[in-house]
Amino acid sequence: MSNTQTARPLLDVRGLRHRFGTVTALDDVTFDIADNEFFALLGPSGCGKTTLLRAIAGFEQPEHGEILLDGADLASMPPHRRPVNMMFQSYALFPHLSVEKNVAYGLEAERRSRSEIQTRVGEALEVVGLATMAKRKPAQLSGGQRQRVALARAIIKRPRLLLLDEPLSALDRKVRAEMQLELKRMQREVGMTFVVVTHDQEEAMSMADRIAVLNAGRVEQLDTPVGLYSTPRTRFVADFIGTSNLFDGTADAAGIEVPGLGHFPGEHAVPAGRPASAVLRPEDMILGDPGTGRWTCTVIDTVFLGGGSTVSLAVDGHATPVTSVLHAATGLRPGDRVGVGWKSDRCVIVPGEVSSAVPQREAAVPAGISG
Amino acid sequence: MAARVRRAMRDGMNRQRFSRALRAAPFLGPQSLFLALFVVIPIGLVTTYAFMTRGRFGGVSPEFSLENFTRLLEPVYLNVLFNSIGVAALTTALALVLGYPTAYLIARLPTRWRTVALLMVLLPFWTNFLIRTYAWILLFNNAGWLNQGLEALGWIDGPMNLLYSQPAVVVGLLYMYLPLMILPLYSSIERIDPELEEAATNLGSRPFRVFRTVILPMSVPGMLIGCVFVFVPSMGNFVIPELLGGGKMLLVGNLVRDAFLKARDWPFGASLALVLTIFLVVLLALQSRASKRITEGSPDA
Repeated sequence: MSNTQTARPLLDVRGLRHRFGTVTALDDVTFDIADNEFFALLGPSGCGKTTLLRAIAGFEQPEHGEILLDGADLASMPPHRRPVNMMFQSYALFPHLSVEKNVAYGLEAERRSRSEIQTRVGEALEVVGLATMAKRKPAQLSGGQRQRVALARAIIKRPRLLLLDEPLSALDRKVRAEMQLELKRMQREVGMTFVVVTHDQEEAMSMADRIAVLNAGRVEQLDTPVGLYSTPRTRFVADFIGTSNLFDGTADAAGIEVPGLGHFPGEHAVPAGRPASAVLRPEDMILGDPGTGRWTCTVIDTVFLGGGSTVSLAVDGHATPVTSVLHAATGLRPGDRVGVGWKSDRCVIVPGEVSSAVPQREAAVPAGISG
Repeated sequence: MAARVRRAMRDGMNRQRFSRALRAAPFLGPQSLFLALFVVIPIGLVTTYAFMTRGRFGGVSPEFSLENFTRLLEPVYLNVLFNSIGVAALTTALALVLGYPTAYLIARLPTRWRTVALLMVLLPFWTNFLIRTYAWILLFNNAGWLNQGLEALGWIDGPMNLLYSQPAVVVGLLYMYLPLMILPLYSSIERIDPELEEAATNLGSRPFRVFRTVILPMSVPGMLIGCVFVFVPSMGNFVIPELLGGGKMLLVGNLVRDAFLKARDWPFGASLALVLTIFLVVLLALQSRASKRITEGSPDA
């Protein structure tokens, strides 16, 4: 987070609140984005991330709060004047215009000279690798090519901020992986600030410098990918990012007490007596001979993944199986008994969810707020 | 060798296509029959009659003649043809000007109100069109409501001759066919993804430019269909010119009717009808080609 404190942030979102009818889409959302940052808004569908993006673009008027760009309030600026361009989830290419006309659209709106438009369209198509497709109509392109056109159209005005709404969701898996790397490369090359909305944590983790995890309209945690994974600050983040073994219990001074499983030592800021959860990542589990470690467990199943293997373990007194990842093939078979422990410094303790505050992950959401 | 293979493949494909057509025949039967009875045969008759001579007591006598067509070129008839085109074109233009904003507004209403609005557009069709046309006579009459109203307001001193004029005919046609303009326009505007408007706005277009560069060009196919839908029946209508034009305003439709029913000159009526039909078919062909060119390459073409 140090990079945001060096200078005035490019985008400053303060106390944003918005509701659709009775559904809270944004609940006191505050964060800032530094210049040249690759920023991701990550969350399950209906968490408000698309609403947030649309509020920045000017398509939603939030009920409360401010959005400052370069220190200037955006509220008074109509959407067509904001120096913010957006790449839509559906790409929203103009079907009646050729690729080059689509890309030129934003410059024509600015009434640039014909020669300037031509050069810049050529450059933008070059950047996305579609120079030979200039005369085609969007319908004559593949999904990946359309995505590139949408990107070229969005970057051609050199916006201060580029918003990307689920940029890769319409692509198949292989193209998606390529485009992730390419987006990242392009962001460095054009030197622009990117804000990506996604529900795919892998996508956010692989591309973004920092990620804001949203849930039910709130920012759960804002951190680097590594920070989110290694030190989640809420149970939601621990559960949402990567795989984790979660143990719910009650906090005490030196850790938490989990009913039936005993004490998990660890540092934390949860007041004693309050619900808390211990988070253990699969790769931090230690497997050994029966009798070593904390528990002796039965192997339920093993999955060989090439570079390593995943072992599911039944822990007495714990309903859900515990997952462990080994960086090698394993000789364990279902039914084997193993001793299980964990690297004690890797146990993260987060506030537990009081039942009334359990976020509704799949809450009924009106059509207006997808994402 | 390759050519033979190709030919064999083509033959195989043709045979396949033929057998598929054969299997589909029972389902196409009823409507093919309908088309044959009410479209192909009548047009065949009209075409044949157009090249024959008038019978002494009406009907046709089977003597080949091109006289009907040379008669068509007489200034009297050419004038009627041009006048009809003019009236139909004016009606179409006005329908487009009035229909576009209406269709646009309906397409942007909340879904619930859209159905209501469309119903209102179609509501007049529930009443017999003769009755509705007579209503216009009541309205336009020298002692009609419009004249009375204007007089009462003091805007005019004596009644204006509103009825039995070309504008009255155009108003009548416009009233009759406006929904045929609104509906295709509505359906083409309604299908335009609102996200395209947002994208255009996001790229720096003010609302009018969004309309001019996105909505308008994308609704051209609907505009073309609407124009054909209004132009074609306006061209052939003969009731409205008679009732609201007072018989002074002859359009092609009146001419055809008079040739058949009053002059009992079937071959001439047939040649008029044939020319009208050809004209309209050409128009439809142009419209469909233009639409295809525009929608070419768009995903829902």
